[in-house]
Amino acid sequence: MNFLKKSKLSTSALRDYCSFPLVTVVFVLITILNNSGKLNKSMQGLLVPVCCYIVMAISLNLTVGIMGELSLGHAGFMSLGAFTGVVTSQSLIGSVPNDTLRLVIAIAVGALVAAFGGFLIGLPVLRLRGDYLAIVTLAFGEIIMDIVNCLIVGHDENGLHLIFNFTGEKTVADLNLAEGGTAIIKGAQGAVGTKTIASFAAGFILIMITLFVVLNFIRSRTGRAVLALRDNRIAAESMGVNVMKYKMIAFVLSTTLAGMAGALYGLNFNMISADKFNFNTSILVLVFVVLGGLGNMLGSIIAATILYILPEALRGLADYRMLMYAIVLIVVMLATNNPKVKNLFMKIIPKRKSKEGGAAQ
Amino acid sequence: MKEFQKGKMVPMPSTALIPERDLGKIPVLECLHLGIEFGGLKAVDDFNFTVGKTEIAGLIGPNGAGKTTVFNMLTRVYNPTHGTIMIDGQDTTGKTTVQLSKMGVARTFQNIRLFTDMTVEDNVRVGMHNQVRYSTVSGIFRLPPFWKKEKESHNKAMELLSIFDMQDLADVKAGNLPYGAQRRLEIVRALATEPKLLLLDEPAAGMNPNETADLMENIVKIRDEFQIAVLLIEHDMKLVMGICEGICVLNFGKIIAKGTAEEIQSNPEVIKAYLGNNSMEG
Repeated sequence: MNFLKKSKLSTSALRDYCSFPLVTVVFVLITILNNSGKLNKSMQGLLVPVCCYIVMAISLNLTVGIMGELSLGHAGFMSLGAFTGVVTSQSLIGSVPNDTLRLVIAIAVGALVAAFGGFLIGLPVLRLRGDYLAIVTLAFGEIIMDIVNCLIVGHDENGLHLIFNFTGEKTVADLNLAEGGTAIIKGAQGAVGTKTIASFAAGFILIMITLFVVLNFIRSRTGRAVLALRDNRIAAESMGVNVMKYKMIAFVLSTTLAGMAGALYGLNFNMISADKFNFNTSILVLVFVVLGGLGNMLGSIIAATILYILPEALRGLADYRMLMYAIVLIVVMLATNNPKVKNLFMKIIPKRKSKEGGAAQ
Repeated sequence: MKEFQKGKMVPMPSTALIPERDLGKIPVLECLHLGIEFGGLKAVDDFNFTVGKTEIAGLIGPNGAGKTTVFNMLTRVYNPTHGTIMIDGQDTTGKTTVQLSKMGVARTFQNIRLFTDMTVEDNVRVGMHNQVRYSTVSGIFRLPPFWKKEKESHNKAMELLSIFDMQDLADVKAGNLPYGAQRRLEIVRALATEPKLLLLDEPAAGMNPNETADLMENIVKIRDEFQIAVLLIEHDMKLVMGICEGICVLNFGKIIAKGTAEEIQSNPEVIKAYLGNNSMEG
């Protein structure tokens, strides 16, 4: 009987734990390339954002793939992390001169704020299911963007100054900053004059932390409860799994990681505005997740890397590059669903076939 | 198979019957005037039934009689519109499905509801959700409680799976199991919640006569070993008449007969509504 075959590690576990060495090897290779001057300026500029989007893809995969609920507002949490990260970092420039330490603090604060935001939004949203949940998260993502859009924040020796520019009449002058104070976020202009302290190494460490947290989470009591809720809510409830509690844990964990990615992203640019984190960004991350495979973390990493670099690599095609991007997307989707292509892969990697055993039934 | 020893049935104050050995103990389940209406339609009406502490009870009746609806009320998937349910002497009014599970009610489903993308072992471990506990933080950072409790839940899962000789299937995806094994896994998963009352919804559906005979033996074994009560819905009369001590017959949401297997088989109303004249010959 085929399904009786046992393997110490299941295919998915093997695949998941492969991502640690794989990411490390790629990091080392790229660092070597970078240090020997083989990377051009535009590629160098992509390194940190790619790391951020990988973390975003993994964290959204936790919501979409593991929890099984479609969230269309993930960029909103990235935005929360980005702007709190920038504010934290900029206001601590004087008191914490060490860049690395300041980056860590900024990421931690960004994560906390995003977690809190995730909790508040999760309270109403997680009571909904399916399409309704997707629509409401979409709305919340836009609301976060709009709120950040009218935020004016400055810092001087008296501490932080914050006003909401809901009427559109207020300016930085209304902050009444003392002499020597700086404006950190200027409303719709976004964060301006940020000291960029993000580095590729920090991005790499963040990916490793994210992988560690998410993969361990899935293979624990809590993760199993979340997976059970995804597979069959009624049965999970009958087994004593509290639906709201475990959905909330997974969702808050997901938004926390998005906040961390956001903080790193925000600190990688001199200026960044709120509309960077609009609906398109949420969809972009969702494309990474869906193309990489729901619940497949390694797939998310690969899809995020390739699809983020692709438009840049296709820059030579000028006006046609977004057309090419769409064609590549469609080809990948067709190819991964085509039984002939799948069989081809099976032939190339015969080991995989025997290991999957019962899964092919 | 060992011939099942039927206990003498003794009347309870509420005119219900429970086995003699369970007298003097609080009945694990007591339904009093239980009823539910769906927009004017009385799906179940005035359902009075008692299950003794270690009784195997049966709930039978034609399709659409409201048997599964009773199960759904017992686990609070539906909220009854009338009456009360007492579990082990405690009122369950206003409780949720999760709280009922903690009070000791576990069930299987007529249309199998396994966690199909998870392994057999993980399915059982989800059943232990409230029995073997550790925090999310120790799970993420692999702190000592994680290792200790995971080992405990692994051993316990293997022990439970061994009831049905399913240890070898521990690493198989639940969705890939053959039909009969899926039904058995549902029972194991329900047992993992350490129930006082096990509700089985058509456990023998789709099983061949050999498998059904094994299942009968195992249900009795489970009752003896864990000292729990079992309430089962089943259309296989051999199974019901073979192991159930108290049987309740539902028709159009109303109880038409209650009693031991012999009493039910000779009840003219039951024969007319459900059994038919040749039912025991097949």
